[in-house]
Formats: sequence, C-alpha cells, structure tokens
Amino acid sequence: MGYHWNWGIFWEPSPEGNGTYLDMLIQGLWTTLLTAACAWAIALTIGTVIGVLRTVPLRAVQWVAVAWIELFRNMPVLVQLFLWYFVFPEVLPPSWGVWLKQLPNAAFLTAVVGIGFFMSARVAVQISSGIEALPSGQRAAATALGLTTAQTYRYVLLPMAFRIVLPPMTSDLLSTIKTTSIALTIGLGELTARARAMQEFSYQVFEAYTAATLVYLAINLIVTLAARWLEARVRLPGYGKA
Amino acid sequence: MSSFDFEEIHRSLGYLFFDGMRFTLTLTFLAALGGVVLGTILAIIRQSGSRLLSSIAAGYVNLVRALPLVLVIFWFYFLVPYLGQWLTGATRPVHVGGFASALITFIAFEAAYFSEIVRAGIASIPRGQEAAAMALGLRSSQAMRYVILPQVFRIMLPVLLTQTIVLFQDTSLVYVLSITDFLGAAAQIAERDGRLVEMYSFVAVVYFVFSFTASQGVRRLRAHIAVPH
Amino acid sequence: MTAPVIQIDHVIKSYTAGVPVLHDVSLTIARGEVVVVCGPSGSGKSTLIKCVNALEPIQHGRIVVDGQDLASKGVDLPRLRARVGMVFQHFELFPHMRVLDNLCLAQCKVLGRPRADAEARSEALLERVGMTAFAAKYPGALSGGQQQRVAIARALAMDPVVMLFDEATSALDPEMVSEVLDVMVELARSGMTMMVVTHEMGFARKVAHRVVFMDQGEIAEDSPREIFFEAPRTERAREFLSKILTY
Repeated sequence: MGYHWNWGIFWEPSPEGNGTYLDMLIQGLWTTLLTAACAWAIALTIGTVIGVLRTVPLRAVQWVAVAWIELFRNMPVLVQLFLWYFVFPEVLPPSWGVWLKQLPNAAFLTAVVGIGFFMSARVAVQISSGIEALPSGQRAAATALGLTTAQTYRYVLLPMAFRIVLPPMTSDLLSTIKTTSIALTIGLGELTARARAMQEFSYQVFEAYTAATLVYLAINLIVTLAARWLEARVRLPGYGKA
Repeated sequence: MSSFDFEEIHRSLGYLFFDGMRFTLTLTFLAALGGVVLGTILAIIRQSGSRLLSSIAAGYVNLVRALPLVLVIFWFYFLVPYLGQWLTGATRPVHVGGFASALITFIAFEAAYFSEIVRAGIASIPRGQEAAAMALGLRSSQAMRYVILPQVFRIMLPVLLTQTIVLFQDTSLVYVLSITDFLGAAAQIAERDGRLVEMYSFVAVVYFVFSFTASQGVRRLRAHIAVPH
Repeated sequence: MTAPVIQIDHVIKSYTAGVPVLHDVSLTIARGEVVVVCGPSGSGKSTLIKCVNALEPIQHGRIVVDGQDLASKGVDLPRLRARVGMVFQHFELFPHMRVLDNLCLAQCKVLGRPRADAEARSEALLERVGMTAFAAKYPGALSGGQQQRVAIARALAMDPVVMLFDEATSALDPEMVSEVLDVMVELARSGMTMMVVTHEMGFARKVAHRVVFMDQGEIAEDSPREIFFEAPRTERAREFLSKILTY
C-alpha cells in the first residue's frame, strides 16, 4: 500500500501557526459544539411553538404550523444554508444586507440560524406527535377544571408530551450536531472542516478522519448516556412503555 | 436590490436539468436500490443466530449512523481507491470517478438507515408467522423469503419511500467534492454569471416541489395501504 | 405392535435456567390414536406440543417422531417437520397470500411438488374442510373459524403422519368453535393420528382414545377415555373435571 502512516502527526505544529494539528481539531470540536448548542436552542424554542400551534383547535393556526413544517422539511439543509448565506442578505434593504455581509461571524450565525430553523420543523413534528399521543381526556379534564388553553398546554399537555418525545428528540439533537458539518461549505471551521484542512496540509488522510470519527462517536455516546439519565430522572412510575 | 433575472434561469435550464438533475435522480434511484438491498442483508444478518456476524453488522450500522454524511463522503472518497487497490491487487490506488465514489458512499451510508427500518419491520411481524412457516417444514431462509420479507416490505413501504426522499435531499452534499449534481450545476452557473440569488432561489423551489409532491404521494399511499382489502 | 408415531421419554424443559416448565414427561402415541391433552393454564401442555416438532428445544430426555430422534446428529428438522402437521391457536395463515397459495407454498418449496399437482391436492382439501369457495380470497377476508379450517387444510396438504393441535379453538368466538371441531372429528374418524391440546371436553368424549391430564409441568393422569370421564384415577383430574364440566 502506498500510504505512509504517521500517528505522531497530531503533535506536529500546523501550518496555520496556532498550535498543533490536535489543537486544530479541538478548535473544530469546540465550534461544532457551540454551533450545535445555539442551533438546538433555536430549534427547541421555535419548534415547541410551532408544534403547539399544530395541535391548537383552530384551522388557520394549524395551517400556519403545517406550512412552516413543510417549508423547512422539503429542502435540503445545504440549500437552506445557501439561501440564508447568499440570498437573504440580497433580499433585505441594501444597508441591512451590506451590514450582514460584513459580519465577522457570518458563517457561524448563518449556520446557527439555518440549522436552527431546519431542525425546528423536526422538533415541531415531535412535539405535536407527543401532544397527540396523549389521551384526549386530558385536555377535556383540564378545561373542565377551568384552565385556559394556555394553562392547559403549560401545566398539563407539554410536561407529559416532553417526556414522551424525549427519546426521539435525543436523536434529533444528535442529528443537529452532525448537521453542523454541512456548514463547512460556507466556511465554518467546525470539526469536519478542520479534519479536512488537516488532511490537506499534512496528507495524513486516514489519521485526520479517524480522529474526527472517534470524536463524533464519543459525542454520540455522551449525549446518548446523558439522555438516558435524563429519561430516568423524569420518568413517572406506572406511566409509559417498558 | 437589482432586478431578478428570470432569463438567467431560463438560459440555464438545459444544463441544470439534463446534467445536474439527471445526476441527482440517477444517484438517488441507484443508491436507494443498493441501500435497501444492503440494508435488508444487514437486517437479516442481525436476526441470524451468529453472534459474531450479528455484532459486526450492528457495529457497522451504529458507526455509520453516528457520523455526519459529509465525513462519510470524505472517508469513501479517499478510502475507495485504496480498497480498489487492495481488491484488484494493483500497484497504486485505483482511480474511481466522481459518480462511482458518490454511489458507493451513498449505498454504504443509506444501508445503515434502511437496515433499521427493515429491522423494525421484521420485529413487527407476529412470531407465530415464523413458527407456522417452520412447522410446515420451510427452512429459515425460505421462511424469510416467502413469508416474512414480503410482509415486511408491504408494511414498511411508506417509511422506505420517505427515507428515499431524505436520500434525494442528501445527494446535494456531493457539493463538497465539487461533483456536478443539480445544486452543483446551479452553483457553477451562479459563480460564473454572478447570479447567486436567481440560481439558489430556483434550486430551492425545485427541491421543494419535488420533495413535497413525493411526500404527498407517500401520504396517499399510506392511506391506501391502511384500508383492509 | 408397530412403533409409536410419537414417543416422549422423560423430557425436562426450562425456559430460563432453573425454572422447569416440563418435569420428566413421558408419553406415547400410537398410529391412529387420538390423544387429548388437557389441564389448567401453565400446566405445560402447549409447551409440550411445541417440543414435539422441535419448535421448542428440550434440555433433557428424548423425543422420537416417526422413528427419528429429534436430537440425533443427522436429522433434517425441516423435512421431519413437513411430516408433522401443526395447527396454531391464532391460525397463522400468511396474510399476504391467497388461501390457495397458503396451501401450495410448502408443498412446492418443501416437498417439491409441481404447482399443478399442489393446486389439485389443495382444492381437494379445501373441499374436505368446506372452504372451496374461498380459494382465491385473502385470509383477511375470512372469519376466525374459516381461517382455522384453512389452516387445518394447509397442514394436511403436507400428508403428515400426525397432526398436532395447539388450542385450535381457544381463540375463536363461541359460534365458530363447532365448525372447526366438526372438521377435527371427521379427521379423527378417518384414522389420522392426532395430539390435541384443548379445553373442549365434548370433543374428547366423542373421538379421543386417551385423555392426558397435565398439571404443573407433569402428566398427572393418562387414561383411556371412558375411565378418564367416568372414574378418573387421580384427585387432581377429578377436581379439574368437576370444575370444567359444571357449565
């Protein structure tokens, strides 16, 4: 095989002058986690709102929610990122557009907003499924007690819906983390981007990508374990599946 | 904002669709086919008694599902030529074209997801079906082929199709290798003519129309299957 | 005396280590005999019948079916199972295939019969169980009793030397039980060797040669029909009979 292995590459300084190749990857990891966390925060907030709207007994409101979900579900994430990065600034009034394009963190912000909105559709579907999975009597009982719609959602429906959808939401969180890698196309220096840069500078292809792979596996493991812990903590005795 | 140049889109339609979209659709179709076949094989291996093979299959599926597609694309782009060298005994890494590399990557990637779908399908078939098949003297492989899998695919068809729509959208990521799929073609024109807004808006609309129409079709199929015949 | 069709010798079986479901069970069924196995829930009767065609493994003892020891080295289990017909509590017809195809599948794939022969035999059997009109229908369109009759025909299509019935009528609505029992009675009267796990004592009274009573994983009583019903030898059998015959 013509490939020359060098696992010591990680401790050699990178041409960028910021430290070793290992430091480069760690910077990438940090960017990945930060981007994912911010995007997830947006996805969770907007997604919960849309998910709730999807189940509200008002046709017009449901339509808005459905439109939102379908809009962000039916385009590839990459295309959505390009829309935010290239098209959005042009659509705004000229001065705003110019300001946006000159932001130093353009790639990061675009990734956070783009991925956040994309995932908000997924979260919305999960939340609405969770609410719909609840026995219809729950809503009726809450209304009979005199709770308003808002109170019903806040105190009765959402707490149970969240418990139900915790497992599939974990998978959506992991998906968000993986999706950050797509932002390398707009210049975000996340983990995969840094691994690629390492590969381009050092020609140690397999070492670079193996490191990135191990890190993603580690993230996967940690998030899954944390989610399991959370599920155990909020589990209600006698309720839910085995 | 300068005026939206519809002519630009009109001029580019040929390249966009005959070169770009054709690549995208071909890749989607072949990768879906290959992915379902490989995924079904993986699901069956995990069902089988062999502890070793079952663990290897499970390990593969869990590994691939934990990684971003972009990383997997890079992996296969560099790995496939070396694999080719190893398999054919050549002296240097085998050069593989863009399409072949993408196809291998997507089949390998999607197989992990399809395999989970098929596994869930197999688990949903009542155990008595397998018992009845064995009681008639059918071997395991015959039971799987004539009794279990036909039922699995009938039940799982909507989910498999939905995953294919996801695959259709995922193919846009070949962009990272500068391969000319639908998005890639649009990007090339956009950069050449400086018309990013027109090109990317158009691409977004086309992807939306294709995906939305397909998912509505699946919804209708699901409703049709639900009616007992 | 010709060799028995089924010989069960001192069988011990557990599902999880240390929890035996069958304690030292021995039973013989001769050619042409109809043996009814009854007993309370959890007595192990369903487990026992599943061991006879090796759907369930045993840990100790020996089961010989039609001269072949199930545990012997060279035994071809699928081929052996083809000679043992089994009817399940939940019918287990293959829902994605028409009734005729359900009957033909194993004939063609296991016995290697040409399709035309298989169809002819299947049609004859469907007539025997009274289901000729349903040959082209899917199981989903049939009632429980109809499905079970087809299931019996499907098992008979393999020309079995013995028929096993695992609570064949327990999942049926009351008004459909008799149509299935009628088929089973006709089968018994035609000389088929049968092992029948059931609660239907009326059926046992009509055609059983022997009745085996199981309790807590053991055979408590194994008596000829008249003796079992008129003067059961054991206390447990007496208790059981008194409880189920009250209604």
